[in-house]
Amino acid sequence: MGLSLQSRASPLAKTSEQLRILGQANGIPPFEEKMRTAGLDPLRAIGITVFQINVGKLCNQTCHHCHVDAGPDRKEVMGRETAELCIRALAKTEIPNVDITGGAPELNPNFRWLVEQAVALSRHVMDRCNLSVLLLPGQADLARFLAQNRVEVIASLPYYREAQTDAQRGDGVFAKSISALRKLNEWGYGQPESGLVLNLVHNPVGAFLPPKQQPLEAQFRRELEWRHGVVFNNLYTMTNMPIGRFLEFLWASGNYDGYMQRLVNAFNPVAAAGVMCRYIISVGWDGTLYDCDFNQMLGLPLGFGSLQHVRDFDAVLLDERRIATRNHCYGCTAGPGSSCGGSIA
Amino acid sequence: METYYHPGDLGKFAEVGRGNKELWEKFQTYYAAVFADGALTEREKALIALGVAHAVQCPYCIDAYSQACLEKGSNIEEMTEAVHVACALRGGASLVHGVQMRNVVEKLSM
Repeated sequence: MGLSLQSRASPLAKTSEQLRILGQANGIPPFEEKMRTAGLDPLRAIGITVFQINVGKLCNQTCHHCHVDAGPDRKEVMGRETAELCIRALAKTEIPNVDITGGAPELNPNFRWLVEQAVALSRHVMDRCNLSVLLLPGQADLARFLAQNRVEVIASLPYYREAQTDAQRGDGVFAKSISALRKLNEWGYGQPESGLVLNLVHNPVGAFLPPKQQPLEAQFRRELEWRHGVVFNNLYTMTNMPIGRFLEFLWASGNYDGYMQRLVNAFNPVAAAGVMCRYIISVGWDGTLYDCDFNQMLGLPLGFGSLQHVRDFDAVLLDERRIATRNHCYGCTAGPGSSCGGSIA
Repeated sequence: METYYHPGDLGKFAEVGRGNKELWEKFQTYYAAVFADGALTEREKALIALGVAHAVQCPYCIDAYSQACLEKGSNIEEMTEAVHVACALRGGASLVHGVQMRNVVEKLSM
């Protein structure tokens, strides 16, 4: 298993260094300039429909492309007090969706409490799952818990073959992922008529854009069912963002300039109009508010005078806030676009 | 080191159009139509293109279609098989002319 940037004391562990690299010209026009040409600057939210909570950077894996720089060594974990502030904030709104992410969110001791509280508020709950967490000794009943609370599981599986998956997520992860998917299928996830939704997420295993969602979904469906007897509902494709360990990979492999140029060349105004920051609010492990998980990992809190902490949450004030952008945003606007719900356009 | 091929030149492909805009635009339109989804998918076409790129040994095409195959959801195993298809075709094209060789030998020989 690899180590986090932080544990290696990599210069990229500092968000200031990542932002410095992203801010270098190198023939890349500032993102705001592209958005201005598309008639989308200043970029504003259009009403929050997803309350996304990042419960921390602790993870049982150290995936090579991780924008969070999550890992077993990370200590940033949302405490109960902040979790309670999240539920209190959510309760004051009609926001229908709660999206719990991390790290491996299930490893947070408050994860199950958050799920139960959100369900009690009649919200639709999503769990961003790395699959291998379901096989950990302390998580033997996790699949049952998720099923009983009708949580939508959004699970990362970059490819339907072992070599590619393990290259991105670590040795042995593909085999564990298949075991975990079978477990979820046994509890009804992905099965027709069960109502238990299991969606998979593909991130390209390298410095290239993801394929079109529908044809790739057909490939995944065919291969996973035929070779492994695994079923799922939908496949989402997500572009790798030039942040965290993926930025490290781009830089170390000499792919940074080519990848950024690829993202810029593929700028799609239709995708830009539908970027997820327009309808998501992201809460960090310490309660700080962000426009999205990517801004969170770059240490870019809400700007332009917006509220900063979940304790002060006010959906009315945040619903049409101006959004903070930088050049990493090209990742969400390239090609068909990329979001936590897959391609946009 | 001087070399005929520079990877950065692939990005300048459109400059060829400066010599004749009309023909370039016709080529672009045709090219896009060829590679669109049809009876064959975009992915299948990209794999065919990759094989042809190796058969004609065009480094620009090999570069472009290696990336394109990955971006259409293919993988190194499929792409390697496509290269072997090109190899088998090129090798086979030489080998089948051996029939002509045999015809000549048979005519000349007692």
